[in-house]
Amino acid sequence: MYEEVGSTVSVFDRAYDDPVRVLDEDGEVVGDVPDLEDEALVEMYRHMRLARHFDERAVSLQRQGRMGTYPPLSGQEGAQIGSAHALAEDDWMVPSYREHGAALVRGLPLKQTLLYWMGHEAGNATPEDVNVFPVAVPIASQVPHATGAAWASKLRGENDAFLCYFGDGATSEGDFHEGVNFAGVFDTPTVFFCNNNQWAISVPRERQTRSATLAQKAEAYGIDGVQVDGMDPLAVYSVTKAAVEKARDPETDRPRPTLIEAVQYRFGAHTTADDPTVYRDEDEVERWKRKDPIPRLEAYLRSEGVLDDERVAEIESLVETRAAEAIEAAESEARPKPEEMFEHAYAELPPELERQYEEFAAFREAHGDEAFLEE
Amino acid sequence: MSETQNLTVVQAVRDGLYTEMREDDDVLVLGQDVGKNGGVFRATEGLFDEFGGDRVVDTPLAESGIVGAAVGMAAMGLRPVPEIQFSGFMYPGFDQIVSHMARFRTRSRGRFTLPLTLRAPYGGGIRAPEHHSESKEAFYVHEAGLKVVIPSTPYDAKGLLAASIRDPDPVIFLEPKLIYRAFRDEVPEEPYAVPIGEAVTRREGGDVAVFTYGAMTRPTLEAAERLAEEGIDCEVVDLRTVSPLDREAIVEAFEATGRAVVVHEAPKTGGLAAEITAIIQEEALLYQEAPVKRVTGFDVPYPLYALEDYYLPTATRIEEGIREAVEF
Repeated sequence: MYEEVGSTVSVFDRAYDDPVRVLDEDGEVVGDVPDLEDEALVEMYRHMRLARHFDERAVSLQRQGRMGTYPPLSGQEGAQIGSAHALAEDDWMVPSYREHGAALVRGLPLKQTLLYWMGHEAGNATPEDVNVFPVAVPIASQVPHATGAAWASKLRGENDAFLCYFGDGATSEGDFHEGVNFAGVFDTPTVFFCNNNQWAISVPRERQTRSATLAQKAEAYGIDGVQVDGMDPLAVYSVTKAAVEKARDPETDRPRPTLIEAVQYRFGAHTTADDPTVYRDEDEVERWKRKDPIPRLEAYLRSEGVLDDERVAEIESLVETRAAEAIEAAESEARPKPEEMFEHAYAELPPELERQYEEFAAFREAHGDEAFLEE
Repeated sequence: MSETQNLTVVQAVRDGLYTEMREDDDVLVLGQDVGKNGGVFRATEGLFDEFGGDRVVDTPLAESGIVGAAVGMAAMGLRPVPEIQFSGFMYPGFDQIVSHMARFRTRSRGRFTLPLTLRAPYGGGIRAPEHHSESKEAFYVHEAGLKVVIPSTPYDAKGLLAASIRDPDPVIFLEPKLIYRAFRDEVPEEPYAVPIGEAVTRREGGDVAVFTYGAMTRPTLEAAERLAEEGIDCEVVDLRTVSPLDREAIVEAFEATGRAVVVHEAPKTGGLAAEITAIIQEEALLYQEAPVKRVTGFDVPYPLYALEDYYLPTATRIEEGIREAVEF
């Protein structure tokens, strides 16, 4: 089922500050193009376009008061979509809170992402056949989960790979250190994927660590570390694929865990509650926008004759429809039933909680929802 | 009649782990020094030889890593039993406990559940260094999504640990180290469970209800015996689980006498005694004959051991507290 990628093993033998690249900023080939069918490449492109369009719509929903605070991902599609495409069906993804693009590749419906940011807990109830962990908001706190979950898979002889996302700021947290260190010690099938988007809200990458790269932190844990151009989806795919295959292989002569530093940029704000013009120059943003992963992949696919105007227009129209449908579905979702607040706290409601629920239900019955929804 | 062993509390914990690991391959223990060393209190003695290093795992020295990795394991369906070496060192893992252990079921609407039992030796009285003696169960009681269990006998230690490990939700299992080796009890060899959330009456009496748990159960019973000589008859209720509390047992015992004393070694303000007092006030106000008396630790940082005897409730302090409630 998983093809051998013999040549990509060397991907872990390069200098930490020598990012893997496949396409340059104009979509010209500068490295080893991964062996993917044309349709897989188009699928990757389509997912990136969908993630970008969805993101723009989501920000706009927030601005119109139709959704709560939302963390935009524009600029980071190459890293998210490229890496998620490298997973096999049984592999797992352990996200932070910005990986809506990766989640959609893994099969999480866009409607659920919208619902989560609209304040519905149901948005995090990933369907049984979607191997995605719930969103983790406290920075880096999901890193030890990915190690533990991968460890469980190894103990059971299942050997699925676990791809864990976090940002540059997360590498300063204790949980990053503890989670990656455990993975090294217990050789768990975990791929630690750092979305280094240069800014932890307003704090620049240089304020997180004196280390020249984040990839080199792998050295301290005795695992492989590699930097990749995070705005080059094909490079991200290749590196992640190699890391995932190494993670899955109990016979590998290298450590199973890998730390990938995907160098990239968030074009927009940290969240819709943030104003990045306060802390970074427009010049810098413009410079990074020239590396935009979407036109890069598009240029390459056009030059290969895989995409043309007609196909691109088709995709544009498709992503517009899909985002619009998801928004309509999310917005027509009724407010969750208030009893859901109680329902999932425990497998079985403890008696005191049952009493609180009954008191709540009786009050609601007597006074109606307006007693709770006063301005 | 099944076979029994005469065990201390810590031996019963060890036997509980052994029994559950034998019964269920998904159960594993992880923590610092739990492997070949058998745990600093010997709570995992012999388990490494019995079950091997994949199920009895010495981890790096990192509490958040231990709890966080156990969260990931439990989300995948294992039943990890992480040990934190002393409850005073749980705080580096506190974020994992409150932000994730307690919330995974709610957050995922039941897609991911955490059958995880976090064990820690807890409480004062053993002349330990700083940070090795606190009783902070109230932190965990306050966190919805968790259960909090504190046994007071060898029999309960094994049975409550089994119930915790088999529970579909995360349990904080606090083991009072003052009584780890204080006495022995007949403990069945076979697997059994003592239900979570059920208090037990340790002594029957019709003058006053005294509620306690963990290591304070023994001095409370001693105070009750002394008072019996004066003709004051105490009902002593061992709560065993502090979240969820056995509200029915509390109300029933209180209504029989109209007088109550609550004893715990944790600080007074915001402690379990306050919650028990509120339950009595909510449910049985008209039965009340006297203010509820709280005999507890003080609202001070736990003292180094030269003064810990002045901090911990003693049989005499408890006796005086009970007398106050009875004579009001």
